[in-house]
Amino acid sequence: MNVNEVPQDARDFRDGDKVRKLVYAVDKDGKYTGVNSAGWEAENEATRQAWDAVDEALAETEAKVKAGQLSPVAYYMQKCLMDKALLAKYVGKWGWQVSRHFKPSVFNKLDRSLLEKYASVFNITVDELISFGKK
Amino acid sequence: MSRLNFQHQQHAHCESGVTANLLRHEGLQQITEPLAFGIGAGLFFAHIPFLKVSGTPGTTFRSLPGSIFKRVTKSLDIDVHTQRFSTPGKAMAALDEVLESGKPAGMLSSVYYLPYLPEAFRFHFNAHNLIAFGKENGVYNISDPVLEDVATILPEDLAKARFAKGTPEPKGFMYYVKNVPANLDLAGAIQRGIKKNCFLILSPPLPWFGVNAIFLLSKKIRKYPQQLTERKAQLYLGNIIRMQEEIGTGGAGFRFLYAAFLQESAEILKRDDLKGFAHELTAIGDEWRHFAYSAARQMKARKTDLVSFDELGDMLHSIGMKEKDFFTRLNKIKW
Repeated sequence: MNVNEVPQDARDFRDGDKVRKLVYAVDKDGKYTGVNSAGWEAENEATRQAWDAVDEALAETEAKVKAGQLSPVAYYMQKCLMDKALLAKYVGKWGWQVSRHFKPSVFNKLDRSLLEKYASVFNITVDELISFGKK
Repeated sequence: MSRLNFQHQQHAHCESGVTANLLRHEGLQQITEPLAFGIGAGLFFAHIPFLKVSGTPGTTFRSLPGSIFKRVTKSLDIDVHTQRFSTPGKAMAALDEVLESGKPAGMLSSVYYLPYLPEAFRFHFNAHNLIAFGKENGVYNISDPVLEDVATILPEDLAKARFAKGTPEPKGFMYYVKNVPANLDLAGAIQRGIKKNCFLILSPPLPWFGVNAIFLLSKKIRKYPQQLTERKAQLYLGNIIRMQEEIGTGGAGFRFLYAAFLQESAEILKRDDLKGFAHELTAIGDEWRHFAYSAARQMKARKTDLVSFDELGDMLHSIGMKEKDFFTRLNKIKW
C-alpha cells in the first residue's frame, strides 16, 4: 500500500470517527512510514455489521422481555455485549444458573444480593434492572 | 503523585506500541515499533473454527498476547518486572508504587472497560495493552498506543479493565522496565526474531496455525454458502475483515508492519536481500487488502453474484502459497 492509497473513509458511527489510527504505507522513495487513516470502507462495513447484529438481537430480546418470555437479565446481558458464559463468570455462577435466571418466574424470586450483583455487573441500579420492560 | 515526563507516541499495534514507548522512555530511541514487532516475532495467523468468539470462528493475525514484550526484552537482555495479581486492590496499589518510583507501567486490559475509547471499538477484547504514566487529582494518565493523544481514566474503570473476565483474563497483569544494558545486541535480536517468526508461520504441525491455517480458511470459506445461512456467512466474513484491518494491525493483518521491520533491519544490518524481502511482503500485504476488499463487497451485496466464495477461497490459497514460499526463503538466508 502506498502512502497516497491509505484510505480516509471516516467511520461515522458510535464515535468511531474520533480515532485516526496509524497504518504503515510506502512513500515515494519506497520507504515505510506511519500514516494516519480515518478508516477504510471495507473495515467500517464489517464493524458496522457487527454492531447491527448486536442491535438486532437486542431488539428481539427486548420484545421477549416485554412479552414476559424472558427476564431483564437476558436483555442487559446482551446490552453489555456478554454471552452466558461470560456473565456467569462475572456473577460467580454456573452457566445453567444464569439460564434459569432468564426465566421471569425464577427472576422474580431472586434475592436482593444476587440482584445487586447483576445490577453492578450491568452498571445499573437494582430498580432499573427489575423494572425493565414493565412500563 | 504526579505525572512522569513521558513521551507518548502513536503506533499501529498496542503491544509493539507499548513496548516501543516503554523502551523509548528508558532512552532506547532506536527501538521503533516495527523493530519491536519483528524482534518480538509478532506476525502470525490462526484460524480455529471450533473456538467461537461471539458466535464466529476465532481468527487472528497476531501471536499470543504478551509474547512481543517478553521476547523483545529477553532477546535484548533488558531487565523487566512482570506480575499478575489476585485482587484489584493489590494490583492498583502496586501500580501506584511503580508510578511513585518514577516508572511508567504497562498493563493488560479489556477494551470494553476503557471509556476513553470510542464505543465503536469497545467489545470484550481482553488483550489490549496500555501504559499508565502518572496519577493526578485521582485520575490516571494513560498512554494508549492506538490513540494520537494521551488519555485519562478513573481508578475504578482501570481496575475493571485490568480484572475483566473471559478469555484470556488479564488478572491485573502489569510490567515495567527495570534496567537496560549499556550495549544492545540489535543485530542478534533481529536475527533471532526473524528465525522465530519463520518457525511460527511455517512449523506448527496443526491445521489451525501458521500457513496451514490460511489454507484451512481457504477451504472453509468455499463451503460457507452451503453450510451457513446468508446472515451467518456475512458475520463470519465480517469478523475476518475486522481481525485483519480494524484498529491495531497497521493494515493487512500486520503484514505491512512486518515489511517495515524487514526494511529497517536491512538498513541496520546493511543487507540488501532484506530490502527485497520487505518489498515482496508489501505485495503479499496488498493481496490481503484485496481479499478484505472483496470479502466486504460479498458481505455487503447480500447476493453471490459479485465475488463468489470460491473466488475468496482462491485468493486465500494464493496468499497461503506465497507466504509459505516467502517464509521458507526468509528462513534460509545466511547470517
